[in-house]
Amino acid sequence: MRTENQKAWFFVLPVLLLVAFNALVPIMTVVNYSVQETFGNNVFFWQGLDWFEQILRSDRFHAALGRQFLFTFLILIIEIPLGIIVALSMPRKGFWVPVCLVTMALPMLIPWNVVGSMWNIFTLPNIGLLGYFMNDVLGINYDMTQQPFSAWVTIIVMDVWHWTSLVVLLSYAGLVSIPDAYYQAAKIDGASPWKVFRYIQLPKMKTVLTIAILLRFMDSFNIYTEPFVLTGGGPGNSTTLLSIDLVKIALGQFDLGPAAAMSLIYFAITLLVSWLFYTLMTKDDAK
Amino acid sequence: MKKRSIIPILYIAFLLLPIYWLVAMSFKTTGEILSGFSLFPQTFTLENYRVIFTDPTWYWGYINSIIYVSLNTVISVTVALPAAYAFSRYRFLGDKQLFFWLLTNRMAPAAVFALPFFQLYSSVGLFDTHLAVALAHCLFNIPLAVWILEGFMGGVPKELDETAYVDGYSFPRFFVTIFLPTIKAGVGVAAFFCFMFSWVELLLAKTLTAVEAKPIAATMTKTASSAGYELGLLAAAGTLTIIPGAIVIYFVRNYIAKGFALGRV
Repeated sequence: MRTENQKAWFFVLPVLLLVAFNALVPIMTVVNYSVQETFGNNVFFWQGLDWFEQILRSDRFHAALGRQFLFTFLILIIEIPLGIIVALSMPRKGFWVPVCLVTMALPMLIPWNVVGSMWNIFTLPNIGLLGYFMNDVLGINYDMTQQPFSAWVTIIVMDVWHWTSLVVLLSYAGLVSIPDAYYQAAKIDGASPWKVFRYIQLPKMKTVLTIAILLRFMDSFNIYTEPFVLTGGGPGNSTTLLSIDLVKIALGQFDLGPAAAMSLIYFAITLLVSWLFYTLMTKDDAK
Repeated sequence: MKKRSIIPILYIAFLLLPIYWLVAMSFKTTGEILSGFSLFPQTFTLENYRVIFTDPTWYWGYINSIIYVSLNTVISVTVALPAAYAFSRYRFLGDKQLFFWLLTNRMAPAAVFALPFFQLYSSVGLFDTHLAVALAHCLFNIPLAVWILEGFMGGVPKELDETAYVDGYSFPRFFVTIFLPTIKAGVGVAAFFCFMFSWVELLLAKTLTAVEAKPIAATMTKTASSAGYELGLLAAAGTLTIIPGAIVIYFVRNYIAKGFALGRV
């Protein structure tokens, strides 16, 4: 049991100061912009909640938000089951375990813009390995700079390539923590592989899967660099996800007010959905 | 060989294909790349790597990245250690709220913070320094380090602390000579994660630097656009960015599974 001790605040003070410096000042700047209009020269006019209303009503925002939810939904329903399947079929001990783990973690350690460039090089029609294979070997017309569908498939596959290992490593950590006795008991009872998975392995993986789903949701919802480098949001606006659209408005058009209002709405949605996920997935534990 | 090991083998092959392609490209001349498809480099060349290792704008990119990443790792882990200890051992006013608030910073889209960060760090005179990027990355690395370390510390029984006090250890001496060695796996994992997320992040690093502290990733984007289609050079630079991560991961290979579970298994 943890003891009551108010002096513990001194221990958390450095963390509090550093994170507050980085979080509070910028977020207040964003709040400031979101309720004002400026024509440059540091002259500001009070604007109230107009920008929020404008963003919430704009078709452009709805479209970007829709694409963002579609992207996050697709990568979650691919990465979570795939990660669990790979983790289940991995060896539990021996020489191959560290080899598997290190190779699998490799994509996560590559800078995000390099991931984008790498997939760009990989998918170039006629020059890239994948582009060549699709067009010249399989005869499928594949060009992600021209076809929205190809671009979508590419950003999804890229994200699966980049992040499925996170789910694998988390699930694997859950699996190796199951004592052998559980499996022996299941064997004596003659449990089918499905029953072993459903009643022994899945419950043990629950905590780590919660972490995996939360992390994957947050990171995929905030994704910017990889799709930006790969497709630049194109062709047209077909892969313009929320972050890409936000940067276009803020730095491309320099519409600071609407961009700030959009930032706050965006952040609020991320927080709300994360909180919903978290409460839903930990609901049973509270009982 | 068991039948089910086909799944991890296929999965690893899928992971390695784009990496192989990047490495293969880096040994090709730009002429060969543009002239058509070849599975292996036909005219094997080290020219791309020679350019990177002899041109200061290229190799300083790597040095800059490594400086701010190391700086960030040291700062994040150092301040996170006492905080994680407080969260795992004591109850205090607002502890739950503070912990949750820390985690919400992991959820903030970096794109939201880019412009305000530029203004903030310009106004305190840190723009274009390694320290600026190292401090900015604390936004998402400190919460993560606290979370990981708290998980590992939770697994250490409280009796350890009490026995040490009975034996007459002062708190700092206990923390450094007894507690830290007990959770060294956790410290390693936390440092690994800070290194990883600071190394792969580009948006903030690029926003906060111009010349002096420009990260390698930004050098790559600039070169890609200014020099036209130097694909071989881009591939060589990309290949070199994989190496630090691969070295770091080798050191934590035995803790990696538990580490990714943030000590919570």
